[in-house]
Amino acid sequence: MASKVLIVDDEPNIVTSLEFLMRQRGYETRVARDGDEALAAVESFRPDLVLLDVMLPGRDGFEVCQKLRAEGWADLKIVMLTAKGRDIEIEKGLALGADAYVTKPFSTGELVARVSELLEGEA
Amino acid sequence: MLETPVILVVSFAYLGLLFAIAYWGDKRAAAGRSIIARPSIYALSLAVYATSWTFYGSVGRAASTGVGFLPIYLGPTLMFALGWLVLRKIIRISKENRITSIADFVASRYGKSTLLGGLVAVIAVVGIVPYISLQLKVISNTFSILREYPEIVSPSELGSPSLFADTGLYVALVLAAFTIAFGTRKLDATERHEGMVAAIAFESVVKLVAFVCVGLFVTFGVFGGFGDLFGRAAALPQADELFTLGGPDTGYMNFMWLTVLSMLAIVLLPRQFQVAVVENVDERHVSKAIWLFPLYLLAINVFVLPIALGGLVSFQGAGVDADTFVLALPMAEGQQGLALFAYLGGLSAATGMLIVETIALSTMVSNNLVMPALLRAKASRVTERRDLRRLILGIRRAAIVVVLLLGYAYFRAAGEATALVSIGLVSFAAVAQFAPAVLGGIFWKGGSKSGALVGLSAGFLLWAYTMLLPSFARSGWLPESFLEDGPLGVEALRPEQLFGLAGLDGVSHAMFWSMLVNVGCYVGVSLFSRRSAAEHGQAALFVDVFRQPGEGSRFWRGTASVADLELLLARFLGPRRASEALAEFARGRGLVWSEAAEADAEVVHHVERLLAGSIGAASARVMVASVVQEEPLGIEEVMDILDETSEVIAYSRELERKSQDLEAATAELRAANRRLKEVDRLKDDFVSTVTHELRTPLTSMRAFSEILLDNPELETSERERFLRIVIEEIERLTRLINQVLDLSKIESGRADWQIAEVDLREVIEDCAAATAQLFADCEAELDVWLPETAPPVAADRDRVKQVMLNLLSNAAKFCAPGRGRVAVELRVDGGALRVDVRDNGPGIRPQDQQAIFEKFRQGGDGLTERPQGTGLGLPISHQIVTHLGGELWVESAPGSGATFSFTLPLAGSPVGTTEGKG
Repeated sequence: MASKVLIVDDEPNIVTSLEFLMRQRGYETRVARDGDEALAAVESFRPDLVLLDVMLPGRDGFEVCQKLRAEGWADLKIVMLTAKGRDIEIEKGLALGADAYVTKPFSTGELVARVSELLEGEA
Repeated sequence: MLETPVILVVSFAYLGLLFAIAYWGDKRAAAGRSIIARPSIYALSLAVYATSWTFYGSVGRAASTGVGFLPIYLGPTLMFALGWLVLRKIIRISKENRITSIADFVASRYGKSTLLGGLVAVIAVVGIVPYISLQLKVISNTFSILREYPEIVSPSELGSPSLFADTGLYVALVLAAFTIAFGTRKLDATERHEGMVAAIAFESVVKLVAFVCVGLFVTFGVFGGFGDLFGRAAALPQADELFTLGGPDTGYMNFMWLTVLSMLAIVLLPRQFQVAVVENVDERHVSKAIWLFPLYLLAINVFVLPIALGGLVSFQGAGVDADTFVLALPMAEGQQGLALFAYLGGLSAATGMLIVETIALSTMVSNNLVMPALLRAKASRVTERRDLRRLILGIRRAAIVVVLLLGYAYFRAAGEATALVSIGLVSFAAVAQFAPAVLGGIFWKGGSKSGALVGLSAGFLLWAYTMLLPSFARSGWLPESFLEDGPLGVEALRPEQLFGLAGLDGVSHAMFWSMLVNVGCYVGVSLFSRRSAAEHGQAALFVDVFRQPGEGSRFWRGTASVADLELLLARFLGPRRASEALAEFARGRGLVWSEAAEADAEVVHHVERLLAGSIGAASARVMVASVVQEEPLGIEEVMDILDETSEVIAYSRELERKSQDLEAATAELRAANRRLKEVDRLKDDFVSTVTHELRTPLTSMRAFSEILLDNPELETSERERFLRIVIEEIERLTRLINQVLDLSKIESGRADWQIAEVDLREVIEDCAAATAQLFADCEAELDVWLPETAPPVAADRDRVKQVMLNLLSNAAKFCAPGRGRVAVELRVDGGALRVDVRDNGPGIRPQDQQAIFEKFRQGGDGLTERPQGTGLGLPISHQIVTHLGGELWVESAPGSGATFSFTLPLAGSPVGTTEGKG
């Protein structure tokens, strides 16, 4: 069964590119555009991995990450994406329980490699 | 009862009691339990100021001049109330330098000058002798009067007794013996006499109580209280004169000069200097004496007028000398006991003065006249004697006898010619001559030895000419014509109308001339004379006494052995006390005492100070110089040291000032730093936000470029879609960069503004046309409401267009999807044109209405669809409108749309024209 990836970002063009990359890799995808939508989608879609943007309207990526870990989604892989590349934010994301942290603009090759590594390691 | 033997026994018993008190006081002092170390005793000892002149003479003066007796007590009160700083400074200087007398003080100030010290001593002796004679006269007279009880006989009626029958002589001799026993039993390094001070304080109490008793008796015993007394006095023929100021002897000039004289006398009289300065145990006592001493003076003066008036009323026409009222009134009423008590009061007033004055004068004579002369006269070989204590004590004792006998001689010679008060004033005026040298010396570094010498001499000569000689003339020693026609008939030189200055009383006249010349010479000569190194050094020590304590040794350089110094000290203090004193000094400095050691400047200076306490500063200088290999300091070196000192002081002031400046600067910097940090934080936020806004389009651009590169087999439609996204993001990026630059240009004031008259109707129509396609895409309707005509505004057309387009595109973006309606309205509002852009979108929450005008803060929080745009449109519009003198704001309620409005001032209105070029 194909792995499921939840894409959380509010930039439509970035969402389009991420969807393309994940589908090309054979993963099943779902899109959420803000924090609350993301939490609901995890509940219903039960993804194996979340590509989580930090700058979201309303509840931001850090909060979502923290909440997911607090709710017991321990096996869920979380890859944080951010356009803010400060070291302190990378630290913060990892401390809150993210498995990887990728800064925008990212290399598509590397991002895909990172995602499959996380998913295949699980498999 | 009042037989001669009784009076004699009482007198001697009283003197015996005094001696016992003094003996006890010395004993206690030696045991380290001083009885005089309290401010009340200090204040009482100061009351030695009140002599028999006060006790009897005040009443005499009050009987002839009314309130004319007051200035003598007003002066000291003023001095203590206002001039205590002067007194405190003199005390500090004297303690630092072990000053033993007023002569020593002046000599020490002006370079330890022997000549000056001698001059002051001579003036003091000459000036004070009449005063001493006055006390002898009072004791002798009152004794004689009391002996004649119950008759009241004026002393002048008794005639002058033969020399050996004269009580005055015996009084002088007895007191000389007494004073010798009191004051010269031992040679103290500090010249302090605790026992004597205790006895003086006791005497002050006795004379006050005696005087008050007589006063109470007269007021309430003889008369029926103050009302009765003054009422009956008012009936006297001279009453008017007594109760008013004016007339030759009670004029304002006289009043003023007497006040000044007594202000100076309270410090400069040798006996006052002795008790106030030399005998002072603790500087802090002065602050209490400020009110205690004036209180004493007030108490002793309360009954002066009642007794004087009572005497005038009681003895009307009886020819009783007013100077004897205090004694005569109780006698006339048959009060033997009170009369005897009054006599004792007068006796204590006189003896107190005599004892302290002669001790002070004998110290001066021995330290400033005899010792320097002996040291100079090689034949006396005085410097070679092993023990000089006996010699010095001998000199002092002789001086006491001589001074008292001089007083007696004057008393015999001057006879009954002058009243008590006049004699006292002669002495006051004499010591007042010290004032310029003393006061100038402690406040003005420029005062020089030559200035002091010339000023003092000139003042003294004028005093002698205008005051002493006239008193001689009145006593019959000089022909009357000397006063009336001037010496040798030269009228301009008449001693009491010098150079034709008439209309002043004797005291004012003498004080005017002597002070004028004294001060003039002192200041004038000081300004034009060169000062020696020693003078510079001493001047600094005196004037700056509160600033640099105990630095006297800095002005000395040389070598001496400790053994030599100890030997020298032993000759004046005795071997035991000498070695004790040095050992104590060494302990104080944390050194082990060794006789073989080389003495440094501080040791030599200390020895000199110890010696100065015994023989005066000038003589001590000479003695120390005899055992010390001294390298004289040149004037330049002393000036260097002084310069250095003042530089250090100036430097430390400068430092203090700078550190205050620094503190202020630090506070400013801290505030500036806080502001900078805040600015930095804002900038950081801005950069971080811009970075985010830049990275977002770049992310899409990179992702799709890589996808296109990695997937050459993509379908054409998909390729096109992806490429269009890339182009769209490039446009977005370009727009962003342009707007950031635009905003920064406006904010920094570098924007170029083309101000002209703009027709807003035209602008709005243009913009509506330009956004027609956008509204069509959003399926929204745009209604434009324009008036027929509108007055022009002064603005930059392109910028206004930018604002209008921004508002229209925002409205198009946010209006209700599918059924959007946007209305634009233009109207005149006061002195401005107002544009409203109303949409029917979701509205803006109140908490966001301010934030949307901030950079990168877009509305629509919580919207799923993030609006297109950079987040800079509204901030830029806001900046533009504000710059053009208008306002941009929003009114909105969530759910019922938003209205963005801006105003622009009409062309020609004040705001519009002043906001021209930016």
